[in-house]
Amino acid sequence: MDYETVVGLEVHVELATKTKIFCGCGTGFGAEPNTQVCPVCSGMPGSLPVFNKEVARFAALAGLALNCEINRRNVFDRKNYFYPDLPKAYQISQLYQPICRNGFLEIGGGKKIGIHEIHMEEDAGKLLHDPWEDCSNIDYNRCGVPLIEIVSEPDFRSAGEVVDYLERLREILLYLGVSDCKMQEGSMRADINLSVRPSGAAEFGVRTEMKNMNSFKAIYRAVEFEAKRQTELIDAGGRVTQETRRWDDNKEASFSMRSKENAQDYRYFPDPDLLALDLSEEFIEEIRANMPESAASKRSRFTGELGLSAYDAGVLTAEKPLCDLFERTSALCGNPKEAANLIIVEICRLIKEDAATTEDACRRVAPESLAALIKMITGGEINRTVGKDALAAIFREQADPEEYVRERNLLIVNDAGLIDEVIDRVLEANEKSVADFRAGKEKAFGFLVGQAMKELKGTANPGAVNGALKKRLGQ
Amino acid sequence: MKTALQAGRAIRERKISAPELLEETFRNIDENEKKIRAYTRVFKEEARARAREVQAKIDAGEELSPLAGVPMGIKDNISTKDFETSCASRSLSGYIPAFDATAAERLREAGAVLVGKCNMDEFAMGGSTETSFYGKTRNPWDLGRVPGGSSGGSAAAVAAGEAFYTLGSDTGGSIRQPCSFCGVSGIKPTYGAVSRWGLVAYASSLDQIGPIGRDVADCAEVLKIIAGHDGKDSTSSKAQLNLGAEVDVKGLKIGLPSEYLSRGIDGGVLRVVKETAGIFEEMGASVSEFDFKTPRLADYAAAAYYVTACAEASSNLSRYDGVKYGYAAPPPEDGEADLAEQYIRARSEGFGIEVKRRLMLGAFVLSSGFYDAYYRKAQKARALLSDEWAGVFEKFDVVLSPVAPTAAYRLGENVDDPLKMLLGDMYTVAVNMAGLPSVAAPAGFSEGLPVGVQLIGKKFSENTLIEAARAFQGRTDFHLKSAPIV
Repeated sequence: MDYETVVGLEVHVELATKTKIFCGCGTGFGAEPNTQVCPVCSGMPGSLPVFNKEVARFAALAGLALNCEINRRNVFDRKNYFYPDLPKAYQISQLYQPICRNGFLEIGGGKKIGIHEIHMEEDAGKLLHDPWEDCSNIDYNRCGVPLIEIVSEPDFRSAGEVVDYLERLREILLYLGVSDCKMQEGSMRADINLSVRPSGAAEFGVRTEMKNMNSFKAIYRAVEFEAKRQTELIDAGGRVTQETRRWDDNKEASFSMRSKENAQDYRYFPDPDLLALDLSEEFIEEIRANMPESAASKRSRFTGELGLSAYDAGVLTAEKPLCDLFERTSALCGNPKEAANLIIVEICRLIKEDAATTEDACRRVAPESLAALIKMITGGEINRTVGKDALAAIFREQADPEEYVRERNLLIVNDAGLIDEVIDRVLEANEKSVADFRAGKEKAFGFLVGQAMKELKGTANPGAVNGALKKRLGQ
Repeated sequence: MKTALQAGRAIRERKISAPELLEETFRNIDENEKKIRAYTRVFKEEARARAREVQAKIDAGEELSPLAGVPMGIKDNISTKDFETSCASRSLSGYIPAFDATAAERLREAGAVLVGKCNMDEFAMGGSTETSFYGKTRNPWDLGRVPGGSSGGSAAAVAAGEAFYTLGSDTGGSIRQPCSFCGVSGIKPTYGAVSRWGLVAYASSLDQIGPIGRDVADCAEVLKIIAGHDGKDSTSSKAQLNLGAEVDVKGLKIGLPSEYLSRGIDGGVLRVVKETAGIFEEMGASVSEFDFKTPRLADYAAAAYYVTACAEASSNLSRYDGVKYGYAAPPPEDGEADLAEQYIRARSEGFGIEVKRRLMLGAFVLSSGFYDAYYRKAQKARALLSDEWAGVFEKFDVVLSPVAPTAAYRLGENVDDPLKMLLGDMYTVAVNMAGLPSVAAPAGFSEGLPVGVQLIGKKFSENTLIEAARAFQGRTDFHLKSAPIV
């Protein structure tokens, strides 16, 4: 029989707010365990949450970009369950009145994937198993880091659509600046709800939920695997059981974690420690009016207004730090084409050579330096070879381009007096070549130019040297 | 016996020093504490150091507050930095907070000398202070009787001269009822008037910290210090209490809920309420009985209260799993316990029977399939209750009501009958459900035991209630009687 795969996604995204959702602790990734904690996020008795309104701003921003309705009245609910990474034994989330509802995201081919809702919640801590001591250690740094959960409608029909959606979603969120969306660091996580049904059937099949994929590739494989597993199971006369499954990327297979019979009753109820959060029209309108430009809009502006090729616009917007560097540099130097060229050709080459991350590379190259370098190249002050070397020095040592060129005397020499002086010396030292040239040996002229260029350390304008030499030799 | 304000004045006027006053209090503690057990812990050395420190500040001319240097106690569910805060529970035994509750911090800044942590019903669940892990507190008026609860230790400490004033907490009557049983005064502030930061939660939407003292003037002085907005508590209000503003009792419209005077009330208590009404009339107030629009309002209030309080408690107390602090069960003899087993053992051994009863009830009313029938319905009832009270306060400035249907009962009398224990709260829980303020004051005696009444007002009307109660205490001497401690 032919089957159709039906997938819905729950995507958790850590928001890039400076502080946690209910306390003033920092949210930076990679800090020493339990150094970004306080009585509130570690759930000490008598502590109370105070909502960080920046979280609502980020969540509403994401909702508006995903064409959602924004709920003016927001209520936080407690989701109760026991686990050592959850120090209060409840997670503050939104069940009954989430901040966003009824949105969509358009993927390839113009297909719209429905967004059922987006709600705000707090992240849990992290358990670190210590195999040497055979015990688990708890790091509460992540406790209380704000999350939004973006719940899609079951609108996907293939692994390709799922990954297409995720790539677009990631790009949107990155350009809004609401999250860094790093699957590896867990700041973007997706759970897959998947069922299969005979092609053409109206009813959905029994679905499973799959967790623990940490890359888009893994998500693609997990969808394919699970669709195949369910199809084969049904074909063999079996039945799919509603359960939660865990993806193992090394084994490229998923394994049952718990079935519906063992599903937890979370005993949701409104958190009495938090008042209802009412978002004003002004608050929403202010967000709408200050929406950062999307990558898609940037691409069409780069090709239209700035005259870049579609390929270049694509490369520049593929990663936000690169795009930021480009925009700031071209604003400073007024030459987007040159900026695009240097970034796409030279900086991307340096990134590859040094095996650096784009993020790190863009931190190292100040737009001011890059713009100054471009001005020197286009102004004829240095040649492209020097420009390339200077860029490498900027990239690797944060060199100041002007200082770099000046200290090494790499400026192009247009000074006719200096050139004449050098030519005099060259002619004096190479009488034989002069004689050869006068005897009709054209090659000797080239040799003399070369000698002069060498004396000038390659910084002279070759045209100027040519002209001056010809003049001196009386031609 | 001096009031807290009188003691504070004596210190300021150099009639006695803070350390000397503290030793007087210690003499009372040494004499009475073995019989009363008002405290879970007394911190003698720390208190002595603290009294010297406060005295030095006073000597240096610092103006701290009218209560500076006066010995006091804090209920064991209010966090005190560096002082164990156990909620009278085994599950939190040994837990020493790293931060002060806002109320405790404000009192510390005002020069309070903390003597000890007051005994209570475990996690404030109960009305008799018989469920404490550290033993029962006894009533200073009759050692065979309960002091009330859950702030029984806080009320008994004041009644027995073991503190000049204390902090309690009131979720369904836990300040007012022990005040009535022990013949002392107390205030349950408007929800949001006093920060809950540092108050170990029982039922977050109902809990309020409040003062207990010999008279209402002492309580008002404490309230002045601890009330006021706190950015650390989202439910803390910015409204001003305007304490000290003049209120004329003459012309005050006082309502008496007929329902409260007709059902299940002890004859002695009824007499005291009626006599109190008479005294207010003598002072020029008008007193009239009224009916709530909803018949048997107290029943609905109590039912909705227990559903709400237990639901919130089941969530609030889930964190006590012995992993980070508090009681962790020792590993079983036959090897290691898995995670679920560790949790079950820590909680089964850490909590007492009354706490378990309420946690199970709370988990049940929140569980899938029952939420609408219980929790959601209770919230609807709660909204209706607030409307009822709003209607009442369109007609009256103050409602006069009994605090509890009886005077203090015998130890053990209600322990095995949780339902009877709950009925003791019938006049108090409706106040918490609507977030209203209430002042409890001694108003007479029944068979030698003190009986208190409460004055209830609309939100943030503390000053009216306090001034009315002060006028009452200006004409009566019930609050001046000393407990015999026998």
